[in-house]
Formats: sequence, C-alpha cells, structure tokens
Amino acid sequence: LKALVSIKRVIDYTVKVRVRPDKLGVIKDNVKHSCNPFDEIAVEQAVRMKEKKLVGEIVAVSIGGPKSVEVLRGSALALGVDRAIHVKLPSDNDDVESLAVAKILHKIAEKEKPDVILTGKQAIDDDSCAVPQMLAGLLGWSQATFISELEVAGKTAKICRETDAGMQRLEVSLPSVISCDLRLNEPRYAKLPEIMKAKKKPLQEITADSLGVSTQPKIQILEVADPPTRAAGRKVKTVEELITKLKTEAKVI
Amino acid sequence: MKVARSLLGKALVVVEHNNAKVSPATLAAVTAASKLGEVTALVAGKGSKSVVDEISKIQGIAKVLAVDSAEYEHGLPENFAPLVKKVQDENKFTHIVAAHTTFGKGVLPRAAALLDTQSVSDVIGVKDENTFLRSTYAGNALASVKSSQALNILSVRPTSFDKAAQGGSASVAQVAATGESGLTKWLADEVDTSGKPDLTSARVVVSGGRGLKAPENFKLLYSLADKIGNCAVGATRAVVDAGFVSNDLQVGQTGKIVAPELYIAVGLSGAIQHLAGMKDSKVIACINTDPEAPIFSVSDYGLEGDLFDAVPKLIAGL
Repeated sequence: LKALVSIKRVIDYTVKVRVRPDKLGVIKDNVKHSCNPFDEIAVEQAVRMKEKKLVGEIVAVSIGGPKSVEVLRGSALALGVDRAIHVKLPSDNDDVESLAVAKILHKIAEKEKPDVILTGKQAIDDDSCAVPQMLAGLLGWSQATFISELEVAGKTAKICRETDAGMQRLEVSLPSVISCDLRLNEPRYAKLPEIMKAKKKPLQEITADSLGVSTQPKIQILEVADPPTRAAGRKVKTVEELITKLKTEAKVI
Repeated sequence: MKVARSLLGKALVVVEHNNAKVSPATLAAVTAASKLGEVTALVAGKGSKSVVDEISKIQGIAKVLAVDSAEYEHGLPENFAPLVKKVQDENKFTHIVAAHTTFGKGVLPRAAALLDTQSVSDVIGVKDENTFLRSTYAGNALASVKSSQALNILSVRPTSFDKAAQGGSASVAQVAATGESGLTKWLADEVDTSGKPDLTSARVVVSGGRGLKAPENFKLLYSLADKIGNCAVGATRAVVDAGFVSNDLQVGQTGKIVAPELYIAVGLSGAIQHLAGMKDSKVIACINTDPEAPIFSVSDYGLEGDLFDAVPKLIAGL
C-alpha cells in the first residue's frame, strides 16, 4: 500500500499563545513551533505500517511557509518517511482554510494515488477538525476519524474510533482518509542516523497555484481577541470552608 | 421563543439522535440556528419516528424533513453527507447547522466539501447571519469571522447556547433516501450504559487527574458525584492515556468541552489543554497539594490539600 501523510507546522502546544496587538491574529514571530502532535501520530502509524510491510512507500506533504520544511525533514523524513512534498506559501504567517487544504491534498492524491491518507484529527492552532472529512468527501472515499486502533486487511481496514459516548468500531473500505487520535500510538523520537539520512531524501517544493487551487479565503477574520478573564479566586483553608462557600456564596450546592 | 420576522435566513439543523431521542447537543444547535432565520430540522435514521415526533415539538422548529432508512441508522458520514447535499440542493438553505460533536464533526465538513463551502467549526457565538465567533488555540484566541458565502455551514459548541425548549408544532415532510454508499460498515458501538449523568450536560462535574495515582481511586470521585447528585465525572488526558478511565471522560481541547454550574478539579494541575475544556464553568473549585498548580489561577475557590483527606471529608460534609 502507498501512504500519504499530511502534517502541519503549528505553534508548539507548550506555548502560551498571545493575541497580536493589532488583534488580527496571534503572535508567531520568535515563538516555538513544531509538528502538530496529532500529525506526529499519523507519521508514526505510517512508519509502523511500513515496518510491518503493509505499506511500501510513505510520502509526506505539508502546506505552509518556508519553515515548514523543518517539520517535513525533522518530523517526517527523519522518522522513516521516504519523500516529502512542500506546498509552499509565501510566508510562515500565512494561513490556508480547511477547504483549500483539502483541495490541495485532493490534487496531490490524484497524482500520487495513495491507498491511505493519514493525518491528525485536528490542528491544535485552528482547532477546526475539518480537513480529513472534507478530503474524504472530495475524493468520495471512506473516512475513519479519531481513530485509536487500525488494522489493515487487504482491501479494508478495521478501525476503532473515539466518540463522545465511548468507542465505535467500523470496517472501512480502502482507499481511505484516516485521522488519528491521541491513543493510536506513541510517536518515536528521531535517531541521529535517520536525521542524517533525511537530509538526502527527496523534498519537492510546489505551489498551490501549480495545482490549480486558490488559497483565497472565503471567510474574513474581523478580529482575534483574548478570552474573557475570570475574576481572581481565593484559597480556602479547610473542606468545611469550601462547603460553606459553595453553599452560601456561590450557591451551587 | 419567537423567530424574528426580519431574519431572511433559512437554516437547516442536522439532528443528532440515537433513533430514540434527540441529543441534548442538538437542542443547543437549534437555538443557534434560530438566530439565523426560519429553522428546518433534518432527521435521518432507522426506526426514528420518536425522534421526529420529539423535534417537531421543539420551539423554534418550523418544519421537519424526515427519512427512515437503514443506511442512516448509525450516523455514518458517508451516507449522511450526500443526503445533506441533496436536501440543500432542493431547498437552498442559507445555513446548515449541527452541534460540534463526534457526529457533527464527521458529517458537516464532508457535506461542506460536497457543497464547495468553507464550514465554520466550534462556533461559540452568532452575531448575525454572516458573522460568527469561534474558538481557536485551545480557547486562547477567540476569532470573530465574517463569511460572504451564500451558504454557511456551522458546527456549534453545545455549551455556548441554551437548549431550545419544548412548545413548538412543526409540520413533517418525508424526503427520499440517498442510499448506502457501501464505503463503510458499522460493526459496534461500545458505550457506557450505566446511566450516569452525561458529562456535557450535568449540572456539576468532578474531574480527576494524575493526583489520583491509581484507577481504583476514581471510586472516590464517583462517590462524591453520587453524593452531589446530577454530577458527572471527568478526567484529564493523562489519566485516560494511563488507562485509569475510558476516553469519553476526557475533558479538554481535544476531548470534551464542558461548562457546568460547578466544576471541581481534583488532583489535576490544570494544563492549558485541560483548561480549554472547562474554563467556561460558572464556578470552579480545586483541590491540589501543589499551591503553584495552574488550576488555582482559574479557580474561584482553591483548597491546598491532599485529595485523599479532603474528598472523603467533602463527601461526609455535603
């Protein structure tokens, strides 16, 4: 099988995100970025499938500014991905809407003809949770979202996915778009020999224009604001005091 | 609740249900949709007549479109998305709305792609028919967005909108089924059937983190929840990963977002991603041995103490 893995460079999850003074976005300059954690899980899954000889070739793709090559080399090629495609946006501050991302991946999939497309269930910056589902819709493929277990067997795959109510088991036909949830696997760290090899692996740079996809947004961002702040609370000294406050002051018990 | 006659929009709510009852989250979606124009509800299921009856009596619903066919039994997006597209092509709604739940997340973006529309996810506020507020960066950046699209597809955060009340009387029309896609086969749902209060709609939530130390200690929180009544138990990602409790208890940026009257955080430090899931709770209380834990900064009442001492005292004292 051939696997296509889509990864995104995002602000690192440990960073306390701050809204820009012009209120049109968040501060990204000189802020730590890394590969979207759920996409790392997708890469890991593809690599494990390759180790089990279920997958022959893994191609990674990332849509982003110049620095996206860092996640392609460091979080994909250095972990066992065979080659990478960078759909280059002019700036690292450029954002592309989910539908446009899905259309770009659709065009790449038409060319690469993968059997599985793996990606994280959501990007921790935009939190849209839409690209995999949109891509599956454009391709007319099955979708296996929020998966925590994956078992490929010939022309189908048995999956277990995390839902609001618990778990759901499905059998999806291949080819399929698969979005990975937290507990699917624990990603490995890149080892030095692989990091060195990654420098020589093919990394192709293209543009969205060359695929015939417009990145013109359909939605305009009017303003980005801080969330409402809560009034400062206080410490209570005993359980008795807590109960009293909850009953008489907050009136929630 | 009267629908303002000046609104020109026509909104379609895709109803989430289990073929027996409407999901509470959908009732929040109805409220959001009511801010956009006249609301039509789409009920697709198998043996789901009681769902049709229930939704037709919800305030704010003008019409119900119903289809009962095997392919809709389990909410599979591969079968629902083409149905939503067909209903949209035939009716030309201005908005399609669902709750931002596993079901809504699965169906709406897929339908949006079929309709060449950029959907808007996790909407926490509706300013007008084209302007919405949504959460990004784990709730640390709230984006006010404006769409110029003729059709807008929105998944809304259930805790951000009141649940629509009973008291409506909608007409019901049947729509044709769009058929089985043949792409995906449902095998099983493994869900908690203990009848415990639902995490996203309980009045009180008690959550535990790594401080609980072992799975059996969650018994303490279940006892506390029982004592409080209409109280659900939640958990941090860490303890779900460790297998202390099942994944549907996870509260956080990529788990469940809750906003109960009272949230009691027990033995959890309050990582950014966890706060994202509960910081809109009306009152927050915490119990933690570490006075520097971030959870104290969002708590209205913070008890610096050992949960193994404090929780039994709390159960006894309530």
